[in-house]
Amino acid sequence: MSGKPTGATPLLRIKGVQKSFGSTHVLRGIDLDVARGEVVTIIGPSGGGKTTLLRCVNFLETYDRGSITIDGAEVGYRDGEARKRRTETDLARMRAETGMVFQLFNLFPHLTAAQNITLGLTRVRGLGRAEAGDKAMHWLKRVGLADKAGHLPSELSGGQQQRVGIARAVAMEPKILLLDEITSALDPELIGEVLDVVLSLAADGMTMLIVTHEIGFARDASHRIVFMAEGTVGAEAPPAEIFSPNQPNERLRSFLGRFSAAHRL
Amino acid sequence: MGYDLNFTLIWRHFDKLWSGLILSLELAILSIGIGIVIGLILAVIYVSGGRIARALIAAYVELIRNVPLILLVYLVFYGIPTVFDFAYDNTTSFVMTLSVYAGAYLVEVFRAGLDAVPKGLIDAGKAIGLTPWQRLVHVRLPTMLRMTLPALSNTFVSLFKDTSVASVIAVPELTYGAQWINFNTFRIMEVYLVVTGLYLVTGYAILLGLRALERRYSIGR
Amino acid sequence: MLDQVLYAIPFLLPGLLVTIEVSLITVAISTVIGVALGVGLVYGQWPLRWAIRGFSDIIRGIPILVLLFFVYYGLPLTGINLNNFAAAVLGLTIFKIAQVIEYVRGAIESVPRGQMDAAKSIGLPFHERLAYVIAPQALRRFLPPWLNGVTDAVKGSALISLLGVGDLLFGIQKVVGRTYEPLALYCFGALVYFALNYALSLASRALERRFSYIRE
Repeated sequence: MSGKPTGATPLLRIKGVQKSFGSTHVLRGIDLDVARGEVVTIIGPSGGGKTTLLRCVNFLETYDRGSITIDGAEVGYRDGEARKRRTETDLARMRAETGMVFQLFNLFPHLTAAQNITLGLTRVRGLGRAEAGDKAMHWLKRVGLADKAGHLPSELSGGQQQRVGIARAVAMEPKILLLDEITSALDPELIGEVLDVVLSLAADGMTMLIVTHEIGFARDASHRIVFMAEGTVGAEAPPAEIFSPNQPNERLRSFLGRFSAAHRL
Repeated sequence: MGYDLNFTLIWRHFDKLWSGLILSLELAILSIGIGIVIGLILAVIYVSGGRIARALIAAYVELIRNVPLILLVYLVFYGIPTVFDFAYDNTTSFVMTLSVYAGAYLVEVFRAGLDAVPKGLIDAGKAIGLTPWQRLVHVRLPTMLRMTLPALSNTFVSLFKDTSVASVIAVPELTYGAQWINFNTFRIMEVYLVVTGLYLVTGYAILLGLRALERRYSIGR
Repeated sequence: MLDQVLYAIPFLLPGLLVTIEVSLITVAISTVIGVALGVGLVYGQWPLRWAIRGFSDIIRGIPILVLLFFVYYGLPLTGINLNNFAAAVLGLTIFKIAQVIEYVRGAIESVPRGQMDAAKSIGLPFHERLAYVIAPQALRRFLPPWLNGVTDAVKGSALISLLGVGDLLFGIQKVVGRTYEPLALYCFGALVYFALNYALSLASRALERRFSYIRE
């Protein structure tokens, strides 16, 4: 990817975010900005807090300190210092502005592929049935599954389910799309079809924050790569710098070293 | 509330409740013991027997499970002695009823348990040359019993609560003790508060104890 | 013996209707309240959760007969006067609510966590997440125990004859008192209960098949 988009203020701004589960300090003060139209990928060892950070951006997880803003609006809390939790209605409205795609797809098993997409469009966006249906078809076509509109998730392969998952998220026209290890649960031969969809969304200028173990994909798709380990940002740079043999960050080098040993990079 | 609780009379007659509680426990223990024997025998016959045996066992199970316990208690205590020329005391009558009742539930538990014994274990038994009977006794039954321990614990606590029905034929268990004190003192609220407490504490204590045993002997499904 | 049974039928019919009536009322009210409290147990704030957990554990820990006596004999002392029918229905309903709470909890917990996440992420507010995502999936797990519970309600209702409510068992007792034919009449009564409950369980199996549409 070339030509990092130039936005005046970042769309997503994460400042000093901290989070603990009991005595485990998962996020130890994270700072990260994502500009409009930018694709940022977070890599790093398992248990480093990547998924937790992503879930905080969608407020599926509360955070203890710091702030996360999308388009200037604080996620999850209001009243600045007072940190009052937003009301359910408020939270729902804000979550609708961020799309999320999950590792285990999380499609609604009782709804068809098309219904998975129209549920949010009718209930949250207030579209009519026909309009929502058209929109669902548009996105199913876009992910190459127009012929599966009436199928239940259990009738689809993992790769197909994940493409429906992506369609469900982007059909809501979110300001930013969050992808949480979306290929980790897939058989190797199904990964490509899902990543192709993500690449085409990036080409359209969709703002994305991605957590992935697909290092090669991270290099090809991102404007910027963030290396997270033990709850902190260890390095943050364009792919070329991250993968440079002169990369000064020792831990990042050894992390990437293990990958290049396993795969050809 | 406008009602003053006064437990003095309850404590004076507490021996009635205490002996009632002990009898309730004895009734439950006897009934689950006999029920386990009935359940095991019928479950083994069910999985190895012919069509007629299966139909008869299924009829027993369905019949007992679809009829209220209190009706069975009346049937056995008032009904049976009128036709057959023998009499038994009310406690014996109740134990018989609750055992037959427990048996019907336990047949189902054991039958499902026998079905759930991993096929690999039975094959292993065959491989070392055990006869079908030896496989049943040394492989299937012990495995099944350990798998069904949680269900047995739950059944036992249920039976302990069901013993309260024995009060309707004047078996002096805990609920009957409560009624006796009621008629003699009229401290109704207090009696039922104490009795409720006794059932709760005893029931949960038994359950905790049995859960601890399960952790030692149980194997997952 | 058959004479006695034929003689008894007109006396038992009103009792049978009372048994069915009490069971229906109990199941209907307890389902509405039990579902609400079950949702409160899973999603409520901790004071609510603890209160519901305590209620359910206490009610399920005591014999239903003791609960009935408590309501029937105990409540009047606090100034609440109920006739025996109302006391019977109240006692049975309280008992059943505790059961329904547990069915609901089990059913909701059977839905994978990710479903709630996904529903949140597309911006559905709580009540819509419940209605469109959780409930349709939980229903399938809720139905089998709930349908079994209908049979339990019918069986449990036989205890209300002890409060003098004229249900089926009460009718049988009355006829036994008149004819001194306990064996024939109790056997006949058992058959009536069996027929009622067996019909219910056949109906419930059909209903379960109807709702077994989700595969995972």
